[in-house]
Amino acid sequence: MSVNSDIWVYLETADGKLCNVGIELLGESRILADKSGGRLVAVIIDVNADELASEAIAYGADRVITVTQEQIAAYSTEYFTQALRSLVKKYSPNALIIGATSQGRDLAPRLACRLRTGLTADCTSLDIDDDAIVLWTRPAFGGNIMATNICPDQRPQMGTVRPNVFKKPEKCEGRTGIVTSEQICFEDSDCLIKLEEILGVINSTTNLVEADIIVSGGRGMKNAENFAILERLADAIGGSVGASRAAVDSGWISQSHQVGQTGKTVSPKIYIACGISGAIQHQIGMSSSDVIIAINKDAGAPIFEIADFGIVGDLFEIVPALTDAILLRAEKSRS
Amino acid sequence: MNIIVCVKQVPDTTNIRMDPETHTLVRAGAATTLNPFDKYALETALLLKDTYGGTVTAMTMGPSSAIDVLRECYAVGADRMVLVSDRLFGGSDTYATGYILSQAIGYIGEYDLILCGKQAIDGDTAQVGPQIAEHLGLPQLTYVSEVCSCDQTVTAIRELDCRYEKVSASLPALLTVVKNPHELRLPNVVRRLKANRTEPELIDHEKLCELDLSYIGLKGSPTKVKSIFKPSHRKNTVMIDGSRADIAAQKLLELLETEKKINLSETRL
Repeated sequence: MSVNSDIWVYLETADGKLCNVGIELLGESRILADKSGGRLVAVIIDVNADELASEAIAYGADRVITVTQEQIAAYSTEYFTQALRSLVKKYSPNALIIGATSQGRDLAPRLACRLRTGLTADCTSLDIDDDAIVLWTRPAFGGNIMATNICPDQRPQMGTVRPNVFKKPEKCEGRTGIVTSEQICFEDSDCLIKLEEILGVINSTTNLVEADIIVSGGRGMKNAENFAILERLADAIGGSVGASRAAVDSGWISQSHQVGQTGKTVSPKIYIACGISGAIQHQIGMSSSDVIIAINKDAGAPIFEIADFGIVGDLFEIVPALTDAILLRAEKSRS
Repeated sequence: MNIIVCVKQVPDTTNIRMDPETHTLVRAGAATTLNPFDKYALETALLLKDTYGGTVTAMTMGPSSAIDVLRECYAVGADRMVLVSDRLFGGSDTYATGYILSQAIGYIGEYDLILCGKQAIDGDTAQVGPQIAEHLGLPQLTYVSEVCSCDQTVTAIRELDCRYEKVSASLPALLTVVKNPHELRLPNVVRRLKANRTEPELIDHEKLCELDLSYIGLKGSPTKVKSIFKPSHRKNTVMIDGSRADIAAQKLLELLETEKKINLSETRL
């Protein structure tokens, strides 16, 4: 079957619901599909997939392909790779886009390799040319350079995009589309992983990768207890708490909060950096935030070079003052 | 227990030079270092060797200058250094790199575990580890923060975006390792001296007789770099006087509203 010009988006799910990253990708992929005259197809692999299909259509998918068999009840690299490979071989889409979450970054390279096709990771913008070649643009070398990749020959052309890079599209409740339920012939494999135990859930307020707002602390926080000041601010504005490497290495906060080159890469709408000098290794992890606010005693801190708003002052006075001002305004607007 | 650690030599500075023709990195001349995530992978391997015995092989694909990172690995305790290098390998994307490394791994002999860092800080793709695993048909455990045990099966803790989980897989397996509390140990003076006097085993395309040349190098890579450009930098920073905290706070909230249409007293909702 020759390749059609359809653009496929894999919609990751968690707790029986569509993850935001997939919905964000539907919006951007709609543009690619329209430009190339292909259809936008969403793929949902989840026991609840059939119930989620209408939501995918409401967000712009022309067609939804679902897989609901018991082998995919929980995520596994091998079965999800088998399922997607099988679907791709059957339908021959032009391109497949996957959210660059920990699941997506585990799945996409394995699948791309099995399909012998090219994969471009962590794209920050997508486009498509007149020959239906996708232009995958991404930062490289820690963000020093932007590179545009193409996969001219192999199909499907594949790429991953991090959460919060694209905005969610409008939802049109009445929109119609085709839903196709597929049965996969799963094969036994030595590559199966056994999930022994779930050890600790990082709840939505600490999932930095998906956060819209992050309040982050660095060396200037001085100790672990002081992070409570940041938690109070984060709480007031619905944000998550992040940290620089210096704070994590000092043992003030756990590794899962680290933002930066050896930590997490985030792109929230708002990033508030408190007592963070902003060394390049930290900037790499947060420079694509929409609005950056920096609070630091040191006027020469590199963080001010990338901030939209900078306050040179004592964070131990400014952060609580900011929190109080916000809570006061919130209360005033309620009464 | 035989462990192979795949490591990479990466640029150390923020001064990057690109070849205008091929749009790939000009590696010669830039200050380099062992990829930070690979240091965690190496320490994980050495800790397993401390517990279970066996050998640790450090392997890298790169130009001849990559021998520096192999020597660094040897100096902290790796037993064997393997340099996978050939003009034909240059310009490989992650698919081609994973393919070449999987062939080299097949060449050097038996192994129980392959460890990689989560990603290289130059390419930032996190793709090569899983792609080596796919080429070799191995189970992959990504985002490993700790290996709990490793006898007939490997049990490890994975650090995902929204949770930690304990998983196990049969051996042989491939793990990609994230930053964790076990920093790379210090080099041993005697081993460092020996490393400087020791040449790595070299694997070029001729040694890999099953290597399909159409899948390697710039030509064999499914992805191509179409163009590169410098990202546009943020415009002017608006500085707010921080000497009076309450005034600074008000000013910030005002500016966020007028300039960015952000109302922080409503974002919680």
